[in-house]
Amino acid sequence: MMRLLSSTDMAHFAARGFLRFDGIVPADINQQFLDEVGDVPVDEIASPAEHYARVMARGSIPVIPAGQPLKQAYPEGGAVHRMLCLPEVAGAIRSLVGDNPGFDHHFLHITFPPAFYGDDMPRAQHTHQDSTIDPRSAFDIQIMYFPHEVTADMGGTRFVPGSHLRRVSEAAISRYQNIAGQQHVVCPAGTLLIMHMGIWHGGGANTSHRVRYMFKIRMYPTQRQARLWDISDLPDEHFQQRPIFWTGGARDPGDIHTILTQPEPWFEMDTSRLEYINRIRFWRYLLGDEQFDADFWLTRIENEF
Amino acid sequence: MKIRQQVMVLYLASSALDAPVVAWAFYDGTGKEHHMAGDQAMPPYKTGLHALRDGWRLIQASPLVSHEGGQEFRTDYLKYEFFFEKLVETDQ
Repeated sequence: MMRLLSSTDMAHFAARGFLRFDGIVPADINQQFLDEVGDVPVDEIASPAEHYARVMARGSIPVIPAGQPLKQAYPEGGAVHRMLCLPEVAGAIRSLVGDNPGFDHHFLHITFPPAFYGDDMPRAQHTHQDSTIDPRSAFDIQIMYFPHEVTADMGGTRFVPGSHLRRVSEAAISRYQNIAGQQHVVCPAGTLLIMHMGIWHGGGANTSHRVRYMFKIRMYPTQRQARLWDISDLPDEHFQQRPIFWTGGARDPGDIHTILTQPEPWFEMDTSRLEYINRIRFWRYLLGDEQFDADFWLTRIENEF
Repeated sequence: MKIRQQVMVLYLASSALDAPVVAWAFYDGTGKEHHMAGDQAMPPYKTGLHALRDGWRLIQASPLVSHEGGQEFRTDYLKYEFFFEKLVETDQ
């Protein structure tokens, strides 16, 4: 039985571009995954190239053509298949990309500790947006699976909440070293990060003494992404407007309008309003209803005669 | 002694130089400091003006660009980019 996302979950995804599930994958699947890929003690690794070659030679992570149905991508009983079948994971996938998502690609990112860099320091990956400029309303998701605990010195994935609706060209944003509000993944074993394809991110530098693994799967929808989640909690007054600016008090943080108009620390003053507009348009897309607005941002500029 | 350039890039919350810093980067031509993505949690200065007061020289600022028809709501790169430099003596 899959567990679909709630409307609040989806609103957070629309606003911030990610959902995080700490420790959701059970320990036996995590261990199975590490065993399957061939994790070994760090002193048994000759070099990054040798370890990658060994992991690939094991073949436990299949080589899959892009465009296959995700359901057929992984062998039953394997760790990845078991992970994807967890009720929360299957439900999140169904809520975001539908019943029959397609497989785009996957990759096992292995980050090595300083001993493998000689006199050089391990370097963090530049901040980037995956793939290339992508102007669609439809969206792909990327699941990042952390099969073991990630401590701060292991350089877990860094990402920028709320960056997913910015249309940039992959590594063109490399110049941005630090962005207010950026997050670094520090997590227990079995954590998943499910990201909108547009999230700005990069791998961190591993300054610990052990190898870090992160397995990423990109998948795409094969259907219109409208109301695929559990909409039973959508409030009746969802389309009603509320007082703005002169509000008479604090806003309900769980209100969908509030979630969609919550700024990130890095938003510029003027473009924060454009971000709200783009989030509202994204929510309209998810609802399949062009009548929705939050805090009058679109109604005001659509009042044309 | 040699003169080398240190470059700091600040991204501000608006076109005003006294607006808050929302993103930043350092590149050190002396080779003494090695910065990389994600290496700092807090901005080096509260605003661009604070950097000027600390001796950084502004060498480039983003122009204000009009909004192309049909693209008025598009967001992409950080909008208010300010390049600063310091020229420092080094024996390296």
